[in-house]
Amino acid sequence: MLVIKNLETHYGNIRALKGISLEIKKGEIVTLIGANGAGKTTTLKTISGLIKPTRGTITYEGQEISGKAPDAIVQMGISQVPEGRRVFTRLTVLENLEMGAYARRDQEIGQDMDKVFGLFPILKERQRQPAGTLSGGEQQMLAIGRALMARPKLLLLDEPSMGLAPLIVRTIFNIIQNINAQGTTILLVEQNAHLALSVADRGYVLETGQVQLADEAKKLLNDPRVRKAYLGD
Amino acid sequence: MLQQLVNGLVLGSIYALIALGYTMVYGVLQLINFAHGEIYMAGAFLGLYLTVSLKLPFPVAFVLAMAGAALIGVTVERIAYRPLRRSPRLAVLISAIGMSIFLQNLSLYLNGPATRGFLPPFKVYPIRIGEIKTSSLEVIILVVAILLMVGLQYLIRRTKIGKAMRATALDKETAALMGINVDRIISYTFAIGSSLGAAAGVLVGMYLNAVDPMMGLMPGLKGFVAAVLGGIGNIPGAMAGGLILGTAEVFGVAFMRSEWRDAIAFAILIVVLLIKPSGILGQNTQEKV
Ligand SMILES: Nc1ncnc2c1ncn2[C@@H]1O[C@H](COP(=O)(O)OP(=O)(O)O)[C@@H](O)[C@H]1O
Ligand SMILES: [Mg+2]
Repeated sequence: MLVIKNLETHYGNIRALKGISLEIKKGEIVTLIGANGAGKTTTLKTISGLIKPTRGTITYEGQEISGKAPDAIVQMGISQVPEGRRVFTRLTVLENLEMGAYARRDQEIGQDMDKVFGLFPILKERQRQPAGTLSGGEQQMLAIGRALMARPKLLLLDEPSMGLAPLIVRTIFNIIQNINAQGTTILLVEQNAHLALSVADRGYVLETGQVQLADEAKKLLNDPRVRKAYLGD
Repeated sequence: MLQQLVNGLVLGSIYALIALGYTMVYGVLQLINFAHGEIYMAGAFLGLYLTVSLKLPFPVAFVLAMAGAALIGVTVERIAYRPLRRSPRLAVLISAIGMSIFLQNLSLYLNGPATRGFLPPFKVYPIRIGEIKTSSLEVIILVVAILLMVGLQYLIRRTKIGKAMRATALDKETAALMGINVDRIISYTFAIGSSLGAAAGVLVGMYLNAVDPMMGLMPGLKGFVAAVLGGIGNIPGAMAGGLILGTAEVFGVAFMRSEWRDAIAFAILIVVLLIKPSGILGQNTQEKV
């Protein structure tokens, strides 16, 4: 579904991605793990078109998408839940969800809104509240619900566990698996390697802008290098 | 007293219309569009030519003047601000001042330096309610200004474009992730802000029966003061700031010497910047991490 080859992205003179390659197949949960500063967020921003790569290709369903504008990429079916949730704090919960559906012209937006409220009943209760008044966990739910409102085929999630209590993280990860089970392909970026590998089909380990390891998630969980560097063995 | 209040509200509604243009643009780009006073001037000239020279019915001319100014505003953003989107603030500020001077000079070249009369193309009646003396033109100014502000509030709060403008003002990168074409939203913002400024220009041109290439300077500054007073970036704030400034000016002139009129606005600006730089309705912009 998505094939990335030799991708390089710069911030000015800083080479944040040094030629990474990865592949996501339809229906999978693929995780990208790595320490702070490894280039995970940069990878997602490059896929979404927020930053233009300096070299390499991103092919989505057979089409080259690097260089396309972010709104065009959303319309092709790739949505992102950005790092730190980034809900529109002074818009209401409902308005945030409406913004998620901004690029759509079809008549089924209301139906999808009901689906999101089904996944996250708390959002329905809070729909008239400004998003800034929600707790961190609720904001994460809103950020995911907002991305789902675009009806993505591929959902990019940037550290959805960040700063949340373990119980809420569990809930959110269950929902991510649930979303995947209903047919949405997922690229999950995480620092919490154990959690990410336990829900993913395959994983990539990113270090200073390069892919160090790539394998099935189960194998990575038992890989001594991964255990030592990311699972605290 | 009541008479002053009415005069103040009429003047204030004009300041409010101008202030909205500053505040909307600041909201999305954190930029003071110093060319906004010239958009107001361009609106006044467009209104003058469309009604007096082309003899179009006034409502049509009014709407066309707003549309023409919107186009100018969008063009200003395209050529003076968009190429500098990632440049230091100072560069953008200089570009804004340059654009303002350029438009003044273009207008001097096209229209000449002389002040033109702009008689309203409809009959103006004096109106008297008890002690208050006003005119049908003042009533029209107030009503049109209020309608435009109510319309803007509806657009911003209720329509998809308005919500996208608010989202873009809060976080451009995330707005883009929603599929919002951020550049287009910025263009809409300039278009709407400019059309409101042009509306003010046409109304004032008729009210004072005077239109000239430098007419945008002082109202532009006053509109800016009103926007800061209300909390720059805050739309209801710009409306409130305009009305307060207009009223303060009229009362100030009534109790002091009339030469102090302009000083009042700038005294207010200084006091606001010293005491509450975020303005009377300005929120703390801190966001939850
Ligand atoms: N806006 C930026 N400007 C300059 N350098 C940046 C910027 N964003 C990230 N970087 C650098 O790029 C590298 C990768 O960052 P990032 O993709 O955010 O990593 P991660 O998400 O894995 O923590 C880091 O060295 C970081 O300092
Ligand atoms: Mg990151």
